[in-house]
Amino acid sequence: MINLTINNTTVTVEENATIIQAAAKIGIKIPTLCHMAVDCISQESKSASCRICVVEVEGRRNLASSCSTPVSEGMVVKTNSIRAINARRTVLDLLLSDHPADCLTCEKNGKCQLQDLAADFGLHNLRYTGEQSKYELDLANKSIVRDLDKCVMCRRCETACNDIQTVGVLSGVGRGFNAVVAPASMKPLDQTECTFCGQCVVACPVGALTCQTAKYPVWRALNDSSKTVIVQTAPAVRVAIGEEFGMEPGSVATGKLVSGLRMLGFDKVFDTDFAADLTIMEETTEFIDRVKKNENLPILTSCCPGWVKFFEHQFPELIYMPSTAKSPQQMFGAIAKSYYAEKIGVEPKDIIVVSVMPCLAKKYEADREEFSNDGVPDVDIVISTRELADMFKEAGIVFDKLNDSDFDHPLGESTGAGVIFGSSGGVLEAALRTGADWLTGEDVKEIDFKAVRGLAGIKEATVNVAGLDIKAAITSGLGNARTLLEKIQKGEARYHIVEIMACPGGCLNGGGQPYSCHDSSILEKRMNAIYQEDSNKVIRKSHQNPDIIKLYDEYLEKPGSHKAHKLLHTKYTARKAFK
Amino acid sequence: MIDSLNKLIELANNLKHEPKTDITIFVSMGTCGLAAGATPILESLKNQVEIQNLQEVFTIVETGCMGLCHSEPCIEVVENNTGNTMVYGKLKPEHAEFIIARKAAKKIAGVQTVEKTWYYPDCEDRGDKLQARIVLKNSGRINPENINEYIINDGYKALGKVLTEMDPQGVIEEVTKSGIRGRGGGGFPSGKKWAFAAAQKSDEKYMICNADEGDPGAFMDRAVLEGDPHAVLEAMAIAGYAVGANNGVIYIRAEYPLAIKRLEIAIAQAEKMGLLGKNLFGTNFSFNITLKLGAGAFVCGEETALIHSIEGMRGEPTLKPPFPAVSGLWKKPTIVNNVETYANIPAIIRNGADWFTQIGTDKSPGTKVFALAGKVKDVGLVEVPMGTSLRDIIFGLGKGICDDKQFKAVQTGGPSGGCLTADKLDTPIDYDSLLALGSMMGSGGMIVMDEDDCMVNIAKFFLDFTLDESCGKCTPCRIGNKRLHEILTDICDGKGDENSLSKLRDLSEAIKDTAICGLGQTSPNPILSTLANFEQEYIDHIEKGKCKAGTCTNLISFEINDACVGCTLCARNCPVNCISGERKGMHFIDQEACIKCGQCYSACKFHAIDRN
Repeated sequence: MINLTINNTTVTVEENATIIQAAAKIGIKIPTLCHMAVDCISQESKSASCRICVVEVEGRRNLASSCSTPVSEGMVVKTNSIRAINARRTVLDLLLSDHPADCLTCEKNGKCQLQDLAADFGLHNLRYTGEQSKYELDLANKSIVRDLDKCVMCRRCETACNDIQTVGVLSGVGRGFNAVVAPASMKPLDQTECTFCGQCVVACPVGALTCQTAKYPVWRALNDSSKTVIVQTAPAVRVAIGEEFGMEPGSVATGKLVSGLRMLGFDKVFDTDFAADLTIMEETTEFIDRVKKNENLPILTSCCPGWVKFFEHQFPELIYMPSTAKSPQQMFGAIAKSYYAEKIGVEPKDIIVVSVMPCLAKKYEADREEFSNDGVPDVDIVISTRELADMFKEAGIVFDKLNDSDFDHPLGESTGAGVIFGSSGGVLEAALRTGADWLTGEDVKEIDFKAVRGLAGIKEATVNVAGLDIKAAITSGLGNARTLLEKIQKGEARYHIVEIMACPGGCLNGGGQPYSCHDSSILEKRMNAIYQEDSNKVIRKSHQNPDIIKLYDEYLEKPGSHKAHKLLHTKYTARKAFK
Repeated sequence: MIDSLNKLIELANNLKHEPKTDITIFVSMGTCGLAAGATPILESLKNQVEIQNLQEVFTIVETGCMGLCHSEPCIEVVENNTGNTMVYGKLKPEHAEFIIARKAAKKIAGVQTVEKTWYYPDCEDRGDKLQARIVLKNSGRINPENINEYIINDGYKALGKVLTEMDPQGVIEEVTKSGIRGRGGGGFPSGKKWAFAAAQKSDEKYMICNADEGDPGAFMDRAVLEGDPHAVLEAMAIAGYAVGANNGVIYIRAEYPLAIKRLEIAIAQAEKMGLLGKNLFGTNFSFNITLKLGAGAFVCGEETALIHSIEGMRGEPTLKPPFPAVSGLWKKPTIVNNVETYANIPAIIRNGADWFTQIGTDKSPGTKVFALAGKVKDVGLVEVPMGTSLRDIIFGLGKGICDDKQFKAVQTGGPSGGCLTADKLDTPIDYDSLLALGSMMGSGGMIVMDEDDCMVNIAKFFLDFTLDESCGKCTPCRIGNKRLHEILTDICDGKGDENSLSKLRDLSEAIKDTAICGLGQTSPNPILSTLANFEQEYIDHIEKGKCKAGTCTNLISFEINDACVGCTLCARNCPVNCISGERKGMHFIDQEACIKCGQCYSACKFHAIDRN
């Protein structure tokens, strides 16, 4: 242990702790911008580049960045000396002098850490002014907007993209005043290996990386009387959207969510959980088939579009491994514009499917060519949890005061297995629940596979089902996925089934969720809420969903049927690395 | 193959006793010599030897730089029997005929000779010489592309000695005792640095040679690499042995093609003779050296940035600790030393630490190579004992200010340093005295300024450089230097205001206090030091709109006075044709069109043009 003095207060911390951590222990919050601790996966971004967190250390020639300077025995630190305060103000002044002052119209207005710092510092006049950086907006993809004029070079997105996700698209480009974070050669994101996972957006403290919004198209659709506008909401949305309205993290707001969507004017409010159950039907069938034939193992889940694009670029040689089952979002779209369209007697082109997703890659997914029929996309518009919250606010819907209501039928009926898709391990657990029943031919009672739950980056479990030891692995975060896949490739690890989600912790930590600032306690509460919702359900196995059973009876025949394949399965493209 | 120290000594003796021609001519063929026209000189010397049929008398050797930029192209003629030598400078190809015909190291009418202002401390007495050449000893005296010439001059003897007679600890002790400090600028004791890395337990360690020389006006490292590459290779192997590293990397900027070529040749020759590679001198110590070319970023001279660049990452500094000696290249203990530091090591080992400490000052033993540039008559490389005064360098070796104008200041330490004024000329310079004067040693650039230099503009010039070369990682360096530059530009343009100076000072101090690396922390130094020494010039710019030196074009105007005789010289020299007037009549300058280049002012022979 190390003893040091901060602002005349003695503090004892572990070796290797930094000054900022020691200060936090005694209730001092040293302001910072570039520092980002992603504690749920023990990753830290400490480029120490912003220099906001500088403090005075006795005996040191210059100021120390507290985020990255390790403590030492007997160290005497002053966080609030006039020298430190003046330096910090100057650094903030400089940052603001090269930042567009368009806070009122900025996507991050109210959620911007630079704005917060300016407010906290009470910086009302800029002493230093001059030329500002000017770059072209990158609007070329469906998911992420890059406005580099606002980049503060904190490099947090780089940590997300390179260290956490190992995608490696973002890095420092240019020198001096012209330095900025961007893909190599300043290419737009759609010409890179970007997976659109949106973790860079989560990491960005300012408005340099934001979501490509689709709110207005939704408003327009809702006001188009010639269209039937239906909405699906993903499992992770219901446990997070309340945060946007001051509700406790982890509040389950399913009922309010349904009421709110109805108030916005959707003709039908459906649930992606229904499609998640459908996914389990198809994927588990495929899984059991592969296990029985002992071929193409392990089967990899394919619900996550960020992960799908990742393996298409990074592991094209493993293209046979992922399940061919479409993601729940796309299954929902496909069923809505076939089975449901027929059922209500409306032409598919006159139905607009809106998705509310915790994810930015879902916007990209819905736009993939193979998910359209004759120019009619299965899913028309995708908005994120944050965008939906904005729409509620714009509509004056006081979300936290809403009464609960239920989803519409038939595409709103779901099971506990569907809802756990929102957390890392959920897809696999849902598959195991159904797989166990199908393999044993019984209604297995022990269905809480707790070994596969939790926010850990890589989890392994061996589950005995019908006398068969099923070796499973669950990973979230693409860097973890890479580690696991490399092991599988080298033959160092063997599994029957692997669940992979691009975002650390799964969809509940998606790029479209309310900003959690990587606070793992918030993520944990969201996760607990998801399992709470699961345990509250009467039916907790996908194959027992009565509307799913009806769907197969009336339309798809059986899982894996020709028709099911046509509507619910897809194929992947080996994508070259962009050079 | 040289597999023992005896074999090396034997080879050296054999080479020494090979018969020599009466006269050897060394042709200075460093980059600067080549640029000044050394190639045609070499050709015509060779031609003349043939024409005059004197092949038996002359040997012509292509060498590296002699440091005599002011007299390039130049050659040194050595009479091998008498030891007499003569340096000829500013040569033209037609001089070759007379030089060859003279067959001696003697003056020749019509050919300029150059005084040799240096001695070699390991084999000569000082006498009245101002320069002491340890680092530059071989540069200009051997063919750098022939390893034998290095070996004749005691080359690789130091390596043989440490491998066969000393243990690693002993080597570190000797280097520590010599007191040599890092010649790259920081002045950190090299022995201490090595000891730091030697103490680390690791399966792999690395020695890096920092050859990313980038200070404006500094080129001593290039001269060493072009003129005496083996000295660096030998030193790296010695250091590798001392700290327990078997691999060395020379990080060299790609803009030094000749140095790269000569290093490649040197490495190949050393490997072929067994002086690099496996089991050196029959011991179980192995050492390999590879080159890594830098893409020309000044910040990559900063050791952590340099290491990232070698690793294929963006050349950006990271915070220390961890220091490279603990976790450097590929996270292994790594020593980064500069070219000039390495070039001292073989001499220290051969002659002993006690010999080395006799040269220079107590706290900064040895010599320092300076690149003397700017408004000084004899520009070039000078290697002087530490503690030599600025006056000796500028007025002794540099022969004073061009056109006998007034000395104004000298900038040491390049863009990280500061300017020293006339009252500091007698300070004995070493690391500590320069720091005490608010400047620094840096890599040894020395830029002399005279009365025609505007100090605000000089500060802006250096900031131009740091602005271009900042990696942009940290806020103070990325945006702060930009703002400093904007304020300076305003002052030079006559747009400064009453807040300009306080802003410059406050921002400079904040940048020094908060930037991540040495580049940013020192970038405001030229501003702070010119402000400290020449504040009135800043005030004149701001309050009076005057640039006394006449370099800030927005603050000056040229007007023709009554002394004009109508000679038309000004009009003929004006590049934009803005001067009108009849022959023998008074001329006028169109102020709107004038670009204030000063051509007319320089051309007028009648003091008829005023610069206001």
